[in-house]
Amino acid sequence: MPHLSLELERKLTTAVERMPAFPKSVQSVLELTRNINCLPKDLVGVIEKDPVMTMKILRVINSAYYGLPNKINSVGQSVVYLGINTIKNLALSFAAVGILPRFNTTGFDIQRYLLHSLTVAAVARMLCEKYARGEADPMDCYIAGLLHDFGKVVFAQFLSVEFMKSLAAAIDFEKPLYLAEQEIIGADHAYVGALLAKKWQFAEPLVECIRDHHHEDAAPSAMLDCLRMADMVCRMQDFGEAGNPWRDGELARMPARFGGDIAEVIARLGDLQKIVADAQSFAQIGTER
Amino acid sequence: MKVKMWGVRGSIPSPGPHTVRYGGNTTCIEVRSDDDSLIILDAGTGIFPLAQSLLPRLPVTANIFITHTHWDHIQGLPFFIPIFIPGNTLRIHGAYDLVTMQGIEHVMSVQLQFSYFPIREAELKARVEYETLTVGTPMAIGDANVTPVLMNHPVPDLGYRVDCNGKSLFFTGDHEPWRNIYAPEDPEYAEYQAMVEQRQAELDATIGPVDLLIVDTAYTEAEYAQKIGWGHGTFDTAVAMARRIGAKRLLFTHHEPTRSDDALEAIFAEVRARYPDIDCELMLAREGMEIVL
Repeated sequence: MPHLSLELERKLTTAVERMPAFPKSVQSVLELTRNINCLPKDLVGVIEKDPVMTMKILRVINSAYYGLPNKINSVGQSVVYLGINTIKNLALSFAAVGILPRFNTTGFDIQRYLLHSLTVAAVARMLCEKYARGEADPMDCYIAGLLHDFGKVVFAQFLSVEFMKSLAAAIDFEKPLYLAEQEIIGADHAYVGALLAKKWQFAEPLVECIRDHHHEDAAPSAMLDCLRMADMVCRMQDFGEAGNPWRDGELARMPARFGGDIAEVIARLGDLQKIVADAQSFAQIGTER
Repeated sequence: MKVKMWGVRGSIPSPGPHTVRYGGNTTCIEVRSDDDSLIILDAGTGIFPLAQSLLPRLPVTANIFITHTHWDHIQGLPFFIPIFIPGNTLRIHGAYDLVTMQGIEHVMSVQLQFSYFPIREAELKARVEYETLTVGTPMAIGDANVTPVLMNHPVPDLGYRVDCNGKSLFFTGDHEPWRNIYAPEDPEYAEYQAMVEQRQAELDATIGPVDLLIVDTAYTEAEYAQKIGWGHGTFDTAVAMARRIGAKRLLFTHHEPTRSDDALEAIFAEVRARYPDIDCELMLAREGMEIVL
């Protein structure tokens, strides 16, 4: 069982409010909003590539005051409910917090983390369209991909010593990062990401996906399948990196709906270079891998 | 239930010879429930003449429901004279503002700052209470119920449905029907369109059939083309809404501030002519107009 003190839970929850967003989205939001006639779709396109901004938007819009009939799962949906001007001003307030530094004291590279999150998001959406049509919403899968490792940025920002030790232990002892986090921090990034998502009243399937993406015995769902498979596809091909390098033994845990051959899944997804290039551009990463 | 229009103009007060017949005050609607409870929808400059009408009948309990905090809907609040007289009660209801992360209690504290008004909030003599509303949760006011509904405007914006002993009205506040932010050729178009249609259907179902529908009709269709995203509707989108929800009467309000009385009547005549078979009485809001439901 994960163990976080109540005090630490409170610290992480409130800390996220002051969490800066990613450099490219901060810069783009400031640039776009200089033009009063900026296109709503351009603004949405920026916000939904930033896990911090997306997390914060979903947090405020799912607050109880708006009594929405269904949980809001995407930035686009947030615009439908609150209007682009409110979303624009929220994004500006997030931008005003500042930007995440590329490297913090833990050595965790947030640009490569962002590349990982963006590619997993895009691939999860594609997998949903190709393998789980009608069972899950492609946009929900995108958001699950974007936010699944959110707990890691929270650790990197606010539990830097413990997270640094976890990152080192994962490499030194060749173990999955989440297990190292459990041992050193008392809870892994999935637990903490889900804790925040639940506290902020995100849709339950999204909370479950974030919480369960490393739990093999978790109740299966189409969304979770797409998220896990996307995570495998991206890590195996080294699209970004979030402190948890690919291990060949992981293939055995491929969700059944994708057959048993990851090469076939990758082939069916087609050319992913555009996704990777777009994500690299947003994460401000050159062509290095 | 009785309804009286005290301010029917949008954006900015527009006094002058060209607006004498319909009035230049900004949004304020007085609703009296059957047990004479006072509900005031918005506190534009129209609330000042309303306040004058209340003075012979003090003390008063005024239940003010603010649709949103843009100036034309709150400008009259510091001039609502009963707030300066002991014994009166003012209950101000409104939306949570998620950008400033404040409830409706910030509305007067902002207006009554030293630079903008000579009297401090602490110096008001009436009892002033604030209630930040939860969308969809009705508030009982005397024998009426007021239900806030989330609308579409460039700031969190509530419409209000008022029910009293089987009669009902809905006021949209400012409202622009949702539009797709993507072009038809964009890959995101279809998904967004589905969300827009779902949102529209949700709103229609929430409002439901009403005896009186009061709608922001700032623009004509031709004018709207230049005002997309400004947060207002047109005469035609109001007619469409009235038809969808099954309104018995449709009252056009929030008149564009540069619109003269003659121009307003010409547009109204043209709209009526275009919808000859509509099963709903069309009316143009005018200051002082009273409607009994």
